[in-house]
Parts: sequence; structure tokens; C-alpha cells
Amino acid sequence: MPAFFDEHELAIVSAAVDRLIPPNGEGAPGASRAGVADYVDTMLGAFTFDPPRIFAGGPFSGRWGGDASFERWMPLGPMEELAWRTRLEGSQGRAEREFNGPVVGWQQRYRDGLGALGNDFVDVDGDEQDRRLDRDHGFKRLLYEHACEGMYGDPVYGGNRSFMAWDSVGWVGDIQPRGYTDDEVSGRVKTEIPRAR
Amino acid sequence: MPGDLDCDAVIVGSGPGGSTVADVLTAAGWSVIVLEKGRNHLVSLEAPFDPSGDLSNDEIKFSRRHFLGPDPFLEPRTYRRSEADGERLITGEVNNLPSTVGGGGFHADGKLPRLREEDFHLLSFRGGIDGAAVADWPVQYDDLEPHYAIVERLIGVAGDADANPFAAWRSGPYPMPPGPDMFGAILTSEAAAARGLHPYRAPTGVNSVPYDDRPACNNCGYCGGFGCPIHAKGDPISSLRRALRTGRCEVRPDAYVTEIMLDGGRRRATGVRYLDVAARNALREVRAAHVVLAAGAFETPRLLLRSEVGNSSNLVGRNLMYHFQTFTVGIFPFSLHGERGRSVTHLHDDFMVPDEHALAAAHAAGLPWIRGGTVEHGGGGTPLMESMTYPSGPQHNVSMRDSAIRDRLFAFTMQAEDLPQPSNRVDLDPSIVDAWGFAAGRVTYRPHAHELVASDHYAPLLEAVMQDAGAEFAFSTTSPPQGDLDLHDISPLGIAPASRHVMGTCRMGDDPRTSVVDSASRFHDVENMICADSSVFVTSAGYNPTLTLVALAHRAACQLAAVDVLDVPNSGSIAGP
Repeated sequence: MPAFFDEHELAIVSAAVDRLIPPNGEGAPGASRAGVADYVDTMLGAFTFDPPRIFAGGPFSGRWGGDASFERWMPLGPMEELAWRTRLEGSQGRAEREFNGPVVGWQQRYRDGLGALGNDFVDVDGDEQDRRLDRDHGFKRLLYEHACEGMYGDPVYGGNRSFMAWDSVGWVGDIQPRGYTDDEVSGRVKTEIPRAR
Repeated sequence: MPGDLDCDAVIVGSGPGGSTVADVLTAAGWSVIVLEKGRNHLVSLEAPFDPSGDLSNDEIKFSRRHFLGPDPFLEPRTYRRSEADGERLITGEVNNLPSTVGGGGFHADGKLPRLREEDFHLLSFRGGIDGAAVADWPVQYDDLEPHYAIVERLIGVAGDADANPFAAWRSGPYPMPPGPDMFGAILTSEAAAARGLHPYRAPTGVNSVPYDDRPACNNCGYCGGFGCPIHAKGDPISSLRRALRTGRCEVRPDAYVTEIMLDGGRRRATGVRYLDVAARNALREVRAAHVVLAAGAFETPRLLLRSEVGNSSNLVGRNLMYHFQTFTVGIFPFSLHGERGRSVTHLHDDFMVPDEHALAAAHAAGLPWIRGGTVEHGGGGTPLMESMTYPSGPQHNVSMRDSAIRDRLFAFTMQAEDLPQPSNRVDLDPSIVDAWGFAAGRVTYRPHAHELVASDHYAPLLEAVMQDAGAEFAFSTTSPPQGDLDLHDISPLGIAPASRHVMGTCRMGDDPRTSVVDSASRFHDVENMICADSSVFVTSAGYNPTLTLVALAHRAACQLAAVDVLDVPNSGSIAGP
């Protein structure tokens, strides 16, 4: 179940980010298939989880017990919570969030941005989708930054589904505890190393 | 200790400078309280002081979500080039260094060169330059050498003592040999040597062998910008653990220092006030016999200006220096796999010593001399940051697959000498505040002609070397950018200097009218307060500042405790995670 969007909004986000990072004909995934909409949804709804899904923990690898995963979400300090609630929810007239003036949160920017793309966004053709995205460069930029995060960040944050974006560009991510040998650092040939998980 | 004091010394800031002072003072029998504004992700503060286990090779956490702080929403900084820009040009991130237990030692990839002899007496050796406050340091290289030698052992620096013909004299070898060379740096070093330059394996605060009971680096590659998940980097965990183990050190994270307290005569500090962030910002005090400021060359002057302390010279915050950075970038037709291993493995220092061509370029520009800086040979990126440098659209996936920026890019970064200018400064922004309501720090900075002439002189040579090394093409850019502001919206480095080497805002000197601290890093105005960060630098030289600021902090702490050059033994084991 989504943490923030409804299913229709999720579909619009998926369609929009697929225009920004489309699949190519050689098997590289687009942002939609890589799960970017889930990434954005988890981020915008981070405070529906406890601890909130802002900072994944460490260490990766499971070499001292536990799973090979970063999935140990870290509690936020009070000021970190202030920062992230304001960034996501906006300042909403609260004095402690408006020390430098009102802040429009990302949740509102998405609601407004998706509204402007139109309820029929998923049904219109790609050229029309591009035209609508180009009408609001601020929202397009925000969406693109989040699309990049959802593509190429660690899958624990909800995107990069099954590591497909990393696999498509030959990135193995965290290689602890194996690391790379000195020859793998200094050698001319880039030896392929499998993902550690 | 008198009954109304909480400790012998209160230390503001837990980065490389503050943690070194804590290490020395506790070894000398003093009690210290370390106040750190940020959170603690480094080390458990309960015996046996294990690593926190909070670190992970996670690009979102470190590069996108301000995990190590400061969050630019909570603590904005502002920047303008000069007063002609109005009150500010930008608000947000300006030269942010981690605000967390361990400070800037946490995320650095640990290039730790020493300065050279002449860097400490530049005015005498090369002469002044109009418009710049070039001056000699009151501390000379020979004074600092014993401290350099000790802090190289305390941090754990891997290097080759004989490799750099420009290096200053040294009393002994590095404690470890260098780690493995990155493939790209092997190519660029050979090309540089063929053009008569003298590249050498960079002294790096990263274990090449097990050292100080910390493991050898296993080349995972998440280095600069990340915290080391196995503590193979010389982050301040070692010095803080040694201090904690004495039982005479208390580290208080989430402690935002608001004010330095003085006594009625205003010549002595009585302690500091701070907000206990984790306790709804409750106001607390630490009363101490001595105060040590180690908040960094941006936050230390901000605290002094806010407290109206230490500034009879009107020089607090002034003579702000960075390193003027020239980036010469080459794109290669094959993989350099620079994401493996250390971020930089080679340097060359030739441009610190102007030859006849450099002097001719200086004279042609009306300058008596120019100096460049150490040149870092480095490369390798991570996919999230790479992806954001490419445009959106159908070419995105093609660009990511071809990976010019992550896998096939190599760069020279010249960390060039930035001359001190009193008009370059940190002060208090007139209207932007932080989340606690205190005035944000504001940078006013523009480079001197010296920096621009030096960059223009050396960049073509670096481009030629890069092409000799096999790059298909090479180009150069600088930070801060040169030329028309309108062009810089597209620069991923931004308009403000991207350098995290911040120096000079409480310069050291013998004359209280022309300096803020004396040769022992003691404030001229406040007899029991010292500075233990790069604020005290008189000139910036062209070398990464961390080792020098730590050596100066070590020296200042030894003098404060009236101990000889104190060689704190390495001790203790650091087990996983």
C-alpha cells in the first residue's frame, strides 16, 4: 500500500519519471520499471513509518550478524525531524518552521505538480507529456532529482528495484566486506566483480 | 580544580582539531568536556567505546540527505562576492563541513601533506603582493615538525618519505607505506613525469596495513564524502577513544554553543553556554578553567562575532581563505574504474615553486610572483551524483551506460594558494537566521588576481599532461568560477567556492593589532582561550590543511598543558562492525 500517493497519483508519477529517464531499446530500465514512483512515495510518506524512512542504518553485509541490508532505520533527532517534516510537509504556519519565512513542502509541490500534469496524463502521448512537464521547470527539476535518487540510490529506499538500475550500468554498490584487491584497483583491465548481495 | 568548575578545559568542536586537543590534555591529566553541535554517529560514548555501526556505503544518506549535517535548512549560510552583490547572492550550502562527532575528519578521504618551510615565511621569502595581506607566520616549520611527526603517527598516515623532491625535511618515515595506486593515477603520473613534473604517492590518512588496531583499507571506494564503515580512515575515532578511556573526557553531542562567557574584566573566559538540542534546546553552561575553540574556520569566527569576544583587532572573520581550485578534466576512451580504492593516490607539488615561466606570467600580469598548489590526481564517481550531471530524456540511459563521468573521467585538482585579503570574510548575515534564531554566517569572497593568473598559467600544462596520459580531450574549470555569472547556473559546483578547505579567519601573529591569536594559538584578548582549527592560518599555502591544523592544535595543547612534545601512545582495539 502506498505511503503517500493514491494509486492514480502513483501512475502519473510513474509515467512522468519515465519521460525523464526512459527505457532504451537495449534493456536498460526506465524510471518506472526501476520503481522510482515507489521511492518517491516512501520518501514523501517517510513519517508514516517508525522510525521515519530518512536515514537507513549500517553497516551493510551481515558479517556481524543480521542480514546483508541497510534496513535498520535510524531514529531522527528533534532538529532532524524539524528539518525533514518541514521539507516534506511544508511550514504550515508553524513558527518553528518559518524562521526564514514560509516553506512549501514537497508533498504540496507534488500534489500541485501532478494536478498540473492533468488527470489524463497517463493517457496522452509522449510528446504531450513532455510539453506538460516543460510547463513547470521547478517541478520538473525536483522530479528529476528524485528520479535519479530512486534509480541509482540503494534499493532499501524503495527504488532501484532488484538492483536493476545498478546492474544496467555495471555498478555493484557496497562491496564490503570483500572490498577490492590491490590488483583490481591498479590493474588496467576492469575485472567484473559480482554484487555482494 | 576549584569547586565551581566543571572541567579544566571545555572544547567546542570534536573534529580533528578538537579531538586532538582532548587527546593531549587528558593524557596530561586534565579533565575536558567536548561539546559537539551535531549528532554522534562515530563511537559509543559508553565503555568500551565501540564504533557506532551507523556508517554504510549509502549515497542517498551521505550525499543527498545531509546525514552528517549541517542540514542547510536548519543552518543556512549565505554568500556574496562583494558588497556590490547586496546583502547576499545565495542562501544554502556554502563550504559545509560535517557537523557531527568527528567533524571534517569524518568524510574526508584523508590527503594529509605537510606544508613546506617557505610556506611559513612567505612575506620574507617571496615578498608582498598589492591588495593581499601576505605575512609570515609566528610559527616556523622547524617549530612544528615534531608535532607533524607525532600527529602523522596518531592519525595513521600512509606515505613514502622519499618520494617528493619538494617536501620539507622530516625527522622520520611515515608510519605506514602507501596503499595501492589507482589505475588512472598510474597513467597520469607517468605522463606528468615525462613532462618533467614530480608526482609522488599521496600521504593519506588511510590504513595500508592494520594499524592502531584498525584494519587495513579494503579499497571499497566509498571514501571521500562518506564515513568509513570499517574505520580504516584516520577519522577522529582513535583520538576520541584514547581521551574517553582516560575517564577524564566527556563528549556531549547535540550541544549547540551559543556564547562564550567572560569574567568582569573581559580578559578571561569562564566557560560557554550551550543549548542541549536533545532536551528541547535547554540552556546549559559549562564552566571551565580554559576554553578551546575548534569549531572550524567558519563556525569559530561566527561564535566569536556573536559573543563579541576576541575581536579588538577587528580581524575575526577576515582574511578568509580557501584553496582556489582548478579542475582539469580528461575523458578517456576506456574504463579507469576510479570508484575502487582511495579517491586520490598521487600528488605533485611542482607548482608550489614558481619556475621562470611562472614568474614571467606573473610579471606580465603585474604581479611579483605566483604560486599554484598541490595537484591531486584523482577520479571516480558514484552513479547517483553522476546521473544528476546528465540531462533528462532519451539520452540519459545511454550517458549512464557510457559513463564518461563515473568510469572514464580523470581529474587534476590544483588546490592553489589563495592569498589573504581582509575584505574576504565571514560575518553575521543581517537577516537570515538558523533554526535556533541566531544570525547565519555569511561569506564575502572574491579571489585575488594572483589566483586567477596562477590558474590560467598552470591549466594548459595540466591539460597537456592529461592528453599525454591518454585522454580523448581535456578541459579546465575553476571554483569559484571565472567570468560571467550568468553562465554558472549550469555549474554543478555552484557560484560560491566549492572548496571545503576553509582557513584564516582568526589569523595568528605576534602583534595584537594585526592578528587574533598568538604563536601558541592563544587569543590576544582572552588569556585562557585558544583556537585549535584552521582559523589560525596566516596564509593558505597550497596543501590540504588538515594535517597542519592538527599539528598546530597538538602544539597548542602541549603548550597549554605545559608538557613537552607529548607522544601519546597508540592504544586500544577497534573491533567491527
